[in-house]
Order: sequence, then C-alpha cells, then structure tokens
Amino acid sequence: MTTSSRSVVRPNRYIDSVRLMHVSKRLSDHPGVTDAFVVMATAANVAMARGAGYRSDALAHAGPDDLLACVTAIDPGTAERVLDELDALLDEQPSGERTAATLEEAIAQAPDAGVVAISVPGSFAADLAMDSLDNGLNVFLFSSNVPLEREIELKAQAHRRGLIVMGPDCGTAIVSGAGLGFANGVRRGSIGVIGSSGTGMQSVTSLIHQFGAGISHAIGVGSRDMTDEVGGTSTLDALDALDADPTTEVIVVISKKIGDRVRPRLEQRLSASRKHIIECHLAPGGPTLEETARRAVAVAGVMQSSPIDEGVVPERRSPHPTRRYVRGLFAGGTFCYESQMIALDAGLETRSNAPLLPHMLMADPDLSTGHCLIDMGSEGYTNGRPHPMIDARARCDRLMREGRDPETAVVLFDVVLGFGAAIDPAGDLVRALKEVEQDSDGEIVLLTSVCGTDLDPQGLDGQVKTLEDAGVTVYPSNAAATRAALQAVGVEP
Amino acid sequence: MSFTDLLQSTPEVLNVGVTDFAEALRAQGVDVVQMSWKPPRKMNAEIERLLDRLL
Repeated sequence: MTTSSRSVVRPNRYIDSVRLMHVSKRLSDHPGVTDAFVVMATAANVAMARGAGYRSDALAHAGPDDLLACVTAIDPGTAERVLDELDALLDEQPSGERTAATLEEAIAQAPDAGVVAISVPGSFAADLAMDSLDNGLNVFLFSSNVPLEREIELKAQAHRRGLIVMGPDCGTAIVSGAGLGFANGVRRGSIGVIGSSGTGMQSVTSLIHQFGAGISHAIGVGSRDMTDEVGGTSTLDALDALDADPTTEVIVVISKKIGDRVRPRLEQRLSASRKHIIECHLAPGGPTLEETARRAVAVAGVMQSSPIDEGVVPERRSPHPTRRYVRGLFAGGTFCYESQMIALDAGLETRSNAPLLPHMLMADPDLSTGHCLIDMGSEGYTNGRPHPMIDARARCDRLMREGRDPETAVVLFDVVLGFGAAIDPAGDLVRALKEVEQDSDGEIVLLTSVCGTDLDPQGLDGQVKTLEDAGVTVYPSNAAATRAALQAVGVEP
Repeated sequence: MSFTDLLQSTPEVLNVGVTDFAEALRAQGVDVVQMSWKPPRKMNAEIERLLDRLL
C-alpha cells in the first residue's frame, strides 16, 4: 500500500506531553491514517521523525521550543485534511476554563486559592514550588527529579510558614474531598491518611470507602520524606494538622523507607497523638494495604462490608509440564512491591525490575525467567512513553508476550481507576487478555484486583464486569489477588 | 492559606503543568485556574525527559 507522509511545525508552541498524547490519538483515529504523532521537536523526537521517514524544510529547522506534528495517511488529501484539524485540537479548551499566564495572574483570579498543583519537569518544579510558598500557598508537587537539596529547602520554608509541601514525587492527595493527582472518589469520613506512596494511598482510601467508611484527608508526603536526609518534615507537619482536625478520628500512616534517625522521632510523635494511629510500614512481615484498611475501618467503629466474595480461589489444576511461574505486570509500583512482600513472607523469592531486596533484581527487565513481578510504571518503562495508569499499550504488549511463554502459569495484574487515570483501563486490556487466553489455550490463569470505587468516573462495577467477561478472576485487593496467584502455583501464603 | 486552614474547606487549586489534572479537578466540582506554563527558551537534557513519571 502506498502512503503519503506530511509533517508540520508550530514554532514556539508548548503543550504538555500528556495533552500531546491525546491530540496524537485524535489524529491517529481518523480513517485512512496509518501513523500520527504530535510532540515537542526535541533532538530525540526530530531524529525519531526522520528515522520514520518524515522529511520537510520545517522539520529540518525545528527546535525544542517548537511543536512537531507528523501524519502518514493512505493519500496526500487525507494527510492534509487531518493536519488541517491540528490547530483546532491544540487550541481546544473545555468551556469555562480559567487560565493565567503567571502565578501572580493566577492568584489575582483566585485570591482564596489554597494550593498549587505542580506537574512540570523537576528542575523547574522546585522554583515554582518556592514561588508558591513565598506567596503563602501550599504545594502539591507531583513532579519527580526534584534535587534532594531543593526538597529539603522547600520543606523547611513550608514548615516556617505553616504550609505543606506534598511531594515531590507525590501521585495522590485528597484534601477536604478534592482529589489531587491520581485520586479515587471516596466518601468523606473520619479516617485520615498520610503516605509516602501514591498507589498505596489510592488502595487504602478506596478500600476504606468500599468497606463503608470515609476519608477526612489523605496527605501525600513524597517518596523521600521519611528518609534521614529530609527528616520527615511533611509527615510530622501532616500529623500535627490531622491531630488538630476535628473531623479526623483515626490516622493511617503508610510508609516504605524510614530512616534510622527519623524512626524514633516518628514513633514518639505517633505515640503522643490524640487520635487512633494505624501504621502500615510496607516491608516483609508487615501488614498489607488491605489489612490496614480493615483495621482503620474497625477502629473507626464502622461495620465492614466486603465488596466481593473473598472465597474465590482459582481452580487448582494438576501440575503442568512447563507452566510453573507467576508473571505480574503492575501499573502501581506499590502493588508490585506489596506482591513481592507477600510472596517472600510465603517463602517465595520473586524477581523484579523494582526489587524488594537488591538480590531479587531481574537480569533483564524485558525477559521474564522464573517468577517475575514487574513494575511497568518504573522509570525504565516510562522514559519517553506514557505511564500505564493512563495508557495501556506497553502493558498489553508485555501481557501478550507473557501469554506466548510456555512457562507462564499465572498472569497477575492491577487495574487502577480514579480521577486522572485512563477512561476505561479494563477495556484497554481486553484485546490483549483475549490473546493470552487464545495463545495458551486457556491454560494461563488471569488474576487481577481493581483499585477503585463506585464514585470513580470509570465506575468500579462496570470495570469488574469487563474483566470478568474477559475471563479474569477479580479480587477486592492486590493482597487477595497475590495470595490467589501463589496458591495457583502451589505456594501456600 | 495555612495548611490547617486548607483542611477546613474544599480548596481552590492553581494547576501548573499537565492539563489532565485540572480537568480531573473540574470533574470533581473543584475550582481550578490553569497556569499556561512553558519551559524557558534554553533547553537542556532535562527537558528531553518531560514529565518523567507520566511520559
């Protein structure tokens, strides 16, 4: 089939990468289009476009401040028509959207604003965060790659001014019912959460909602806050605030890394709290996220309801000559971590690209051998590619590859709903799941958990049904799905 | 607004960066102002890894 390729440049036009991904998809969806992408014209992207066969004067002179759009279609007319839509797509704004060119202008438009949510590259994010604090605003800092010394400086300033920095590398927060970053729809209630893990907070808040209780606030503190270098500043300030908050009766603290010098300070502060404290330190031998949510709901005095029958155990099959291994493919890094933890507690060492312990590192993250639990949201997989919480393509590719491996017995994965996540995360995986079933003649056991609620835009029940219709057994939590995966390969959790 | 005050009522948010996050807040009925930030003209290697955690 002959095709026609065209590329255009919009000089000095910056659009964030996630929005560009949506625009690219809108162009790709046109009938007759075989390839389309819209990117900033960085050296790497220009080289990629040239490598894909795009040639034009505009492309030859494009620089990193410029926007580049490339389309290949079945004929020149189609390529032209599709590119004619580009400017309208770039200019599209939801109706009623308020915009501002600077922080000062934004503050003038919204003088009662309480928080600045920042998701720009790390080196610029720190300056924006400091400007925000200087203007008396709290900061939700989604950005990662903020230098450590800047984080320390930001948090010292926040502490001095009675403000908070939620982050850096903070995926989730819920403040007075408003979900920042990736957050699930949950009812208001008496349980507060402080956490250094975004997906961990999503899981615990969603389960608390599913069990019938509610959330006062969920404060993300960033992945490094509880290390000795940072000293736990945001965690301790969040504890003070939740202690003083009349709507909070129970405080859950979710942690991964706690420094040796921070630990005694944190324990002392927790024991002095006026509220019921539930600690969830994610480590071998420690509680799971599900256990933490159940304890919090019990302490809050709410009768628990279990959303899905926990008694579902996958059919124990006779030992297969080749199919022996669990392959986990996770969008949520903390779910990957928790699954490794549960496996280790059951006496099974798995391999991972984001290992719980250093010696559990996979030799090649792209080649599963033995039991492998893979964090597909880690840097190695998301450098230049969308995160699996918003785009399922990389995970689908890997799913199908594991499906063709005669040693795969179980595929374990997570589906994360919520504001900010993909519109239909379960639906996006169905084609790949059906291929796994076909390629393995139905021999591979497919297990998942859905992190989400009925209040999420995707709707929990519909997502569960989509997965069940695709032959997947759905569990109410990652811990439950992991236990089932271990049982399916003859390991008793 | 102090952190303690922030916890007393639904916040108004200023969003800088990924517009999806502003849309997610609007979908929850939260008032948002989107700042039209763009990186300074001089690019460096860091820019090539825009939004590392998302893309």
